[in-house]
Amino acid sequence: MNFAAFLAELVSFIPRAVVQGIPLLYGSTGETLTEKSGNLNLGIPGVMYVGGISGVVGAFLYDQAVRGRATVDGVLDPQLYDRLLNPFLSIAIPMLSCLLGALLMGLIYCFLTVSLRANQNVTGLALTTFGVGVGNFLGGSLIKLSGSDVPSIALTKISIFFHQPLPFAANLGWFGSLFLSYGFMAYLAVAIALLVSYFLRRTRAGLHLRSVGENPATADAAGINVARYKYAATCVGSMIAGLGGLYYVMDYASGVWSNNAFGDRGWLAIALVIFTIWRPSVGVGASFLFGGLYILHMYIPTGTMLAVKELYKMAPYVVTLIVLILSSLRNKRENQPPQHLGLPYFREER
Amino acid sequence: MDRGTPAVSLRNISKRFGQVQANSHIDLDIYRGEILALLGENGSGKTTLMNMLSGIYFPDEGTIAIDGRKVMIDSPRTAIELGIGMIHQHFKLVDVLTAAENIELGLKGKLNLQQATRKIREISDAYGFDVDPQQKIYDMSVSQKQTVEILKVLYRGADILILDEPTAVLTPQETEKLFRVLRNMRDDGKAIVIITHKMHEVLSLSDRVAVLRRGEYVGDMITAETTAQDMTNRMVGHSVTLNIERPEPVDPKPRIKVSGLTVLSDTGVPKLENVSFTAYSGEILGIAGIAGSGQKELLEAIAGLQAVSAGSIAYIEDDGACEELIGKDPLEIQHMGVALSFVPEDRLGMGLVGSMDLDENMMLRTYRSGALPVTDRKLPHQIAQKVVDELEVATPSLHTPVRNLSGGNVQKVLVGREITSAPKVLLTAYAVRGLDINSSYMIYDLLNQQKKKGVAVVYVGEDLDVLLELADRILVLCGGKISGILPGRSATKDEIGLMMTRVGGGAEKNDA
Amino acid sequence: MTRETKSREPLVHISRRGAMPWWRAWLVRAGAIALALAVCALLCILVTGTNPLDIGRTVFEASFKTSRKFWVMLHSVAILLCISLAVTPAFRMRFWNVGGEGQALMGCLASAACMILLRDSLPNWAIIVCMVLASCLAGAIWGFLPAFFKANWNTNETLFTLMMNYIATQLVAFFCVVWENPRGSGQIGIINQRAPYTQLGWLPVVGGNKYLLNVIIVGVLCVLMFLYLSFSKHGFELSVVGESENTAHYLGIKVKRVIIRTMVLSGALCGLTGLLLTGGNDHTLTTTLVGGRGFTAVMVSWLAKFNPLWMILASFLLVFLERGAGDISTNFGLNASFSDILTGIILFFIIGSEFFITYRVSFRRHGGHRKEAIAK
Repeated sequence: MNFAAFLAELVSFIPRAVVQGIPLLYGSTGETLTEKSGNLNLGIPGVMYVGGISGVVGAFLYDQAVRGRATVDGVLDPQLYDRLLNPFLSIAIPMLSCLLGALLMGLIYCFLTVSLRANQNVTGLALTTFGVGVGNFLGGSLIKLSGSDVPSIALTKISIFFHQPLPFAANLGWFGSLFLSYGFMAYLAVAIALLVSYFLRRTRAGLHLRSVGENPATADAAGINVARYKYAATCVGSMIAGLGGLYYVMDYASGVWSNNAFGDRGWLAIALVIFTIWRPSVGVGASFLFGGLYILHMYIPTGTMLAVKELYKMAPYVVTLIVLILSSLRNKRENQPPQHLGLPYFREER
Repeated sequence: MDRGTPAVSLRNISKRFGQVQANSHIDLDIYRGEILALLGENGSGKTTLMNMLSGIYFPDEGTIAIDGRKVMIDSPRTAIELGIGMIHQHFKLVDVLTAAENIELGLKGKLNLQQATRKIREISDAYGFDVDPQQKIYDMSVSQKQTVEILKVLYRGADILILDEPTAVLTPQETEKLFRVLRNMRDDGKAIVIITHKMHEVLSLSDRVAVLRRGEYVGDMITAETTAQDMTNRMVGHSVTLNIERPEPVDPKPRIKVSGLTVLSDTGVPKLENVSFTAYSGEILGIAGIAGSGQKELLEAIAGLQAVSAGSIAYIEDDGACEELIGKDPLEIQHMGVALSFVPEDRLGMGLVGSMDLDENMMLRTYRSGALPVTDRKLPHQIAQKVVDELEVATPSLHTPVRNLSGGNVQKVLVGREITSAPKVLLTAYAVRGLDINSSYMIYDLLNQQKKKGVAVVYVGEDLDVLLELADRILVLCGGKISGILPGRSATKDEIGLMMTRVGGGAEKNDA
Repeated sequence: MTRETKSREPLVHISRRGAMPWWRAWLVRAGAIALALAVCALLCILVTGTNPLDIGRTVFEASFKTSRKFWVMLHSVAILLCISLAVTPAFRMRFWNVGGEGQALMGCLASAACMILLRDSLPNWAIIVCMVLASCLAGAIWGFLPAFFKANWNTNETLFTLMMNYIATQLVAFFCVVWENPRGSGQIGIINQRAPYTQLGWLPVVGGNKYLLNVIIVGVLCVLMFLYLSFSKHGFELSVVGESENTAHYLGIKVKRVIIRTMVLSGALCGLTGLLLTGGNDHTLTTTLVGGRGFTAVMVSWLAKFNPLWMILASFLLVFLERGAGDISTNFGLNASFSDILTGIILFFIIGSEFFITYRVSFRRHGGHRKEAIAK
């Protein structure tokens, strides 16, 4: 392969890595925020499923409503349908329902672990079971409702509003395809990650949040409401992670929901949190790297040995494991998980 | 003298916890420009009373007035707003944050760390603190952490400061420095309360002393007009002889001979350097020293829990046969009759398991017995029964988790268990840590009984007065070196104090 | 000792209870389950529009209608129980092993490897012996790695074992392609189903029931694990390590060795579960063979308070409900994932109920004194 071909390959590879990385970035930003409060939410995969399906349900209902209005004498008028589809509502309705769904998941987790001080690992795993169940159940039901003959549901028209690239993207060659070719939610993900990073490092609430995750007893004595911070961080974190699910269906998958298609991306998002050693700003680059690793197997020539592709899929996890091991070997205090991660806080505990 | 309106006046304050009356009808005034020492035995309600002032507890009855105005202090935040700041015994700091960030914790408004840093520097300069606001807490020494705690309180504009046993973890130099700062603050017109049970601190620092006994207010006196004996009498309620029994050692024989012992920390810093001494049977060897001078490492090295980099520790039988302990398994050493009871700061962290009951805690020592891979449960039960009976441990049953016992009983269980193994050498550290006088005497008795049985007792203590009355010989550690071994019957406190701060006791005066 | 209790009579006061009598604790749990079932029933009625009696019957019949259903249920209980038993020693040591899934999968992989690679060279009994050893070893390695790093460098074990699950999954995916049968399918299918390899490496059928052997093995393991944890020196040591590493060190317990030993045991037992799956029942290898039981086991173990005997009940309960929910979804034309939702709801209730066992909730009373433990 000559150099020019390699470059061309790279230009086509990077945007694909980026779109793979965006859901992970949402998930890891949300989970980082959550973990900074001391909550290890292993329910994030479930939360992302619920975020995705809630968005789909919202979009589906809106789609049905518009279809109803665009149906004249029992026949759908496609042009009328297109005209009636409001860009703002097409984005706002799925997004709000996604946020609402993810928020509910966050609330369940908080109520059990913060208010009732339940074991975080157990609660998180139960939440994942529940969330994946909700996603696939609602997805399956919608597929049935829409009477589709393939096991998926397509909201193609509405999804167009999600994956519209920036203007000029097509005219700017490689620059356009590397930087401008994504839907708005990709840029939103980066913005949220940077914002969360700023919040954690520079604001008072961020400082308070970090102290809650590190040493809740100290935070409590300083007059910080530990439970409130845990709730807020976990719920907002869930909502951010939920957007990752929404991005996946509405942008990456062009509005096509099929059960289990989201796969294990939720766990990969948790891996990413470790990989970035709890820094959302690092997550921006790292998520694209993970996205790249996730699809690397499609680009690496394996010849007849197709099985090797499966080994390449291992890469993100192996890399994460190495980072986890290295950071514990170096034992630098700043690179450790929040000290009280995974433990319940009870003021009167001795 | 006219002291004007009290900064704080507590009236008729009572607080109950379940069946226990922690404070009962207490009246107390605190004045500006004065250092008040709050004196009392453990469990006399000093900390409870001050916690009500700092918003951690809420009184069951009674009123609190600040500068003559009646107030309700319902949270630490309210207390801060009223200018009350408390420095707790256990620091409330987040390790991975800097001093400045810790100080800003819990405040309101926009976070501006540069401005905070400046303000912290100003306060530090005013009182002569030596703290870098940008330094992370995990990099700090104990006394630096305490300084951060004090800064935190001052930063919030507190002018009523409460310090709960602030010197427990400090070296004499650091203590002196702290006292200078406190005197500065007093001269600055702040009201200062210091909770302590160290008599010499009361005498050297305070202007006035208030005494609590069993939750009741006994009275106050001007420090300059009272004596240690008088204060003790009021604190205990009846005149006590501070005398602890000290029988002459009978037929002492060398039992443990330590020579040239050197221990390095993980990072290669020497924790013990070239330590040599001999402990004899039938005597109590006291070990004095500032906290962290190598006491823990010394005992752990003997018990086989600590890696040793040089030297030897010989166990000597009655017939003079020697056996080297270094390189032996802790278990082997234990089987040879060396018992260690180390009471750590949190009491339960070492030696006992809080969630296990008495039987199981006895089993911690015995579970290995027998060739089968199965544990024997009868023997520990018998031991537990014996310890409870003989030491009068107050417990609802043998199946109560030791976490639910009171501090004194926990320590009796720990020391009792070590004694039941009929040791030849008994190593104890801080056995009376946090105990009241009665419980402490009980422990001293136990140690003396062991001594009479011919056990070589090594006693690491915090209170010099006790060491001087209990130990036959006193070994003084300073920065990991032995600065001298003194006969317990003739040594003086000054002598030991000097040796604690300087090897050999050479007089280097701290800037007077 | 300072206590940081803020006693500004808040509306609700929460304090830790002393011990609750076991029967009351189980009453609370039973209440929670009843409540959860009520919510689930309500949900079912809403979704299916049938009456609750039908739903109840469906749930019951899912496990008990035919002897086959009964044995399938019993077998599921056994497999779930086996992984739960496996992860329990680690949990007692406060080592959060959420890697049961991967460890069991490695056991499946090792068994399948023996069945495929050794079928030409060894007799049946020797293959089975190799399978037992290989599956335990594979699981043990997967348990050893996180333990080794935890013991030496305090590497976070929850995250470590989590990652190991996916590495195991991809390894299995790799070998599924390598050993695919028929060619190009990307799947393995039933191993050694046809001549000349008929049933090589399949665990023997006992008593004419293909589930019985697995059930018996797990039953024996359960009793052994109970004895190990409650009466053995190892069991005592690992409890001490879990409660207080300092104390363990002080007693001369070699903490690192205990951590590694326990996790090797934990992993090996998970691997053995893999053997029961691949060698005993399914005779195949897929990435989803363990089916999330590694995670469910965490919940079983925790629900049973790490007591192997109670775990029988906990895993029965979860399997019973899961199968019931599964049948509800098929009988009433729902998506199969409906059962996950119901399982989730039931788990939430049980998880939540533990709070009322551990803590006492009292409401503000005027004039009275709250009961509170006192620190002296």
